[in-house]
Amino acid sequence: MSRGRLATRLRHQLPLLAWLVLVWILLWGTWSWANLISGLTVALAVTALLPLPPVTGGARLRPLPLVRFVGHFLADLVVSSAQVAWETVRPDRNRRGAIVAVQLRTDSDLLLTVISETLTLVPGSLVIELDREQQTIALHLLSVRDRADVDRQKAAVLAIEDRVVRAFGSAADVAALDRQPDQPERTSS
Amino acid sequence: MSVVAALAYALLGGGALLALVRVARGPSLLDRVVATDTLLVVIACGLAVYAALERDPTLVPVLVVVSLLAFVGSVSIARYVGGMLLRSEGDGPAA
Amino acid sequence: MTDLDSAADVVAAVCLLLGALLCLTAGLGLVRFPDVLSRMHAGTKPQVLGVLLVMLGAAIRLHGWSASWMLLLVAAFQLVTAPVSAHMVSRIAHRRRHVRRDLLLVDELGGEPAELGGDEPADAH
Repeated sequence: MSRGRLATRLRHQLPLLAWLVLVWILLWGTWSWANLISGLTVALAVTALLPLPPVTGGARLRPLPLVRFVGHFLADLVVSSAQVAWETVRPDRNRRGAIVAVQLRTDSDLLLTVISETLTLVPGSLVIELDREQQTIALHLLSVRDRADVDRQKAAVLAIEDRVVRAFGSAADVAALDRQPDQPERTSS
Repeated sequence: MSVVAALAYALLGGGALLALVRVARGPSLLDRVVATDTLLVVIACGLAVYAALERDPTLVPVLVVVSLLAFVGSVSIARYVGGMLLRSEGDGPAA
Repeated sequence: MTDLDSAADVVAAVCLLLGALLCLTAGLGLVRFPDVLSRMHAGTKPQVLGVLLVMLGAAIRLHGWSASWMLLLVAAFQLVTAPVSAHMVSRIAHRRRHVRRDLLLVDELGGEPAELGGDEPADAH
């Protein structure tokens, strides 16, 4: 039994190990077997000394939605940077901010992390609070014109959630997207 | 290339000066945290621009350290202020 | 070969200049925006793209040195860490009531960040 637990733990740690080795090799800048072996040693030491809770359970990568997500992300990053840059130089100060709460449909630590990182970088929003149990996320919107604009930006948040989950989520997460968003399941978990 | 250099340094210097203005004026501690973060990132950009224009990779490790310090610094100050908040108001996350 | 080099140099110069311009707008936003949360916007979005562009330009110029991989690593770190620190600072700002409520059109948290959401979905009005 303990052997099976060890195997699952190793499987969960494997992406982290690979990432640490990659960072190590990139820091040295050249590929060599010595770098690979020393990087592996350092990564094993780091994960053994500073263990993290497993967050990657059940995640998988789907190539086509991943490309779609990354493409949207880069385009949105450029657009939103241009928007914020324009906000800094525009003369009139009529626009106002807003704090909104959005009900998400995802129930996974990893996915919520990716979603909130993306939301901070991408549209005119900034994550303030994340209620893990209610799956509610509170955002600050930089500039809104009226209530319709607020609703439009909330719809954009849900669209980003959709893209992230379809790129990284497990089958159950994708199925949760299609449930009615205003009837969250209370009985599960 | 010298025109590009002058222009890039002028833009970055302007950004750094404005961030310094916010560090000096910022009414609250958090304003200063944000401004310091931005200032460090602008410094990192300046180092990268120097390395690019001179084709001189000596400063690149310094750049890695500066950009990571910006993150560690602002997170530790945010945690520190958050700790003060929890003690002063007594409404922890369990409230 | 020289043609290719000069074309790469032009691309790198454009990246560097755009990145520097975005850093300038980040500073400008820091000074001009009215409260902490708006300033966080200025400190994250243009700045992250600015760092990405500057690092990309520098990596193009330093092509062939091992340092160019380090620059791309800095860019990736910036993408991952900037939202985390922005979230931590803005959460503290909201809890400490550093928000200028007169500038808000909608506030669905209602000044009670500890009781986010409540019993019903929080965007039902």
